Amino acid sequence: MSTKYSNRTFMGYRRDNGRAGVRNHVLILPVDDISNAAVEAVGNNIKGTLAVPHAYGRLQFGEDLDLHFRTMIGTGSNPNVAACIVIGIEPGWTKIITDGIAKTGKPVQGFSIEQNGDLKTIMDASRKAKEFVHYASELQKEEISISELWVSTKCGESDTTTGLGSCPTVGNMFDKLLPEGIYGCFGETSEITGAEHICKKRAVNEEVGEKWYKMWQAYQNEVIEQFKTDDLSDSQPTKGNIEGGLSTIEEKALGNLEKIGRTSKYIDILEPAEIPDSGKGLYFMDSSSAAAECVTLMAAGGYVVHTFPTGQGNVVGNPIVPVIKITANPRTVRTMSEHVDVDVSGILKREMTIDEAGDNLIDMIVRTASGRNTAAEALGHREFSMTKLYRSA
Amino acid sequence: MTSIPHLLVHEHNDNVGVVVIEGLKSGTKMLCCVTSDNSTFELEAKSDVPIGHKIALDDLKEGDTATKYGEDIGKFISNVEKGGHVHVHNLKTKRW
Repeated sequence: MSTKYSNRTFMGYRRDNGRAGVRNHVLILPVDDISNAAVEAVGNNIKGTLAVPHAYGRLQFGEDLDLHFRTMIGTGSNPNVAACIVIGIEPGWTKIITDGIAKTGKPVQGFSIEQNGDLKTIMDASRKAKEFVHYASELQKEEISISELWVSTKCGESDTTTGLGSCPTVGNMFDKLLPEGIYGCFGETSEITGAEHICKKRAVNEEVGEKWYKMWQAYQNEVIEQFKTDDLSDSQPTKGNIEGGLSTIEEKALGNLEKIGRTSKYIDILEPAEIPDSGKGLYFMDSSSAAAECVTLMAAGGYVVHTFPTGQGNVVGNPIVPVIKITANPRTVRTMSEHVDVDVSGILKREMTIDEAGDNLIDMIVRTASGRNTAAEALGHREFSMTKLYRSA
Repeated sequence: MTSIPHLLVHEHNDNVGVVVIEGLKSGTKMLCCVTSDNSTFELEAKSDVPIGHKIALDDLKEGDTATKYGEDIGKFISNVEKGGHVHVHNLKTKRW
């Protein structure tokens, strides 16, 4: 059935693997923490590149190492990345990541520091990065259907206004765009606690609901029960949540879940940073509730636009994915307007309906996908935070 | 609506609502709106309550369940009068 959203398009980049990107980065990606200096030097040498230093990548093993590789490969493979330089201390893991990204068909080249030193590595990688900038800067945008967008969501510095305004706005957007064929993603495993009975029922069928519940319960057993020293009162809800009026994890979770709207159902569960392969629809990603970690994982999962409801004013951004901030809190609009992309405070005044707010968000998604810089992009927020499952060897 | 509400309530069976204006003073006769159907009622605030914080819609007793979104969000750990401020000092999760 054709709706008023069916004919919407944006100007984006068509990648070799068929996916649609909304940004055109030449990424300089370190395999490990000790390659950050070389990565930052290349990023400084060649204008138009983007270095993403991070803290991990040495002596990880097992499931934690799998997640590291998945995050690195997924980040380089994201359609918002036109080409990618990978730099690691040694060639083995560098090759694993480079080969993983190469499967997308995009230009990628790996460099390793041992037996070269930083300076030769920086020179060689800089020459290749310059070639990639020439390549990327000549790519032309084309008109692409809104149905090809992959849109993720996660809220942060939530308060009682997020459950009343900004989260239902995102939910309304998903209710309208998922039927058009977009890929959606929500997550924040710990933060569904208190609304797990409701979230379980929002699965497309009982089997997926059981799979979700098992994943949620595993987090409770393996992390919360093993490591908690108190009642989590200062972490869930956070100090910022409490300042904003949220009193309990249940209250926070019920507001959080407003992000999946009234009719949307999730069709499968993703591991952290996993790229979905069950077709179009809404997915739940097993992910941290910390903003930068969660957005980084969803970006590695292939999502190209992120919608971020906030109450008290979380300022997070991401290096490769535009993060659209939505708030309904009039005090946050008044005191932190430079961080707000979509102001839905009219919902609290009963001057704006959730339906109107959802349409406003869809407009902003289209404008952002076509190139409008978000508040977080303009302010230089490029938080790239890896999730680590346990101590390294 | 003709005027801007002071307090929003998600569902009719909720026993707490959310202050949605800045600088609410004790004694204010609040215009309250239930968002599920936009119906309204009036309630007097019994203390100064910051934006985003909750107010009790009834006299509530220690041990009572707090209901918001039509769901259980925890239990009261002390009595709260109708119109009083509800937050971490008198409401706690049942979970931990």
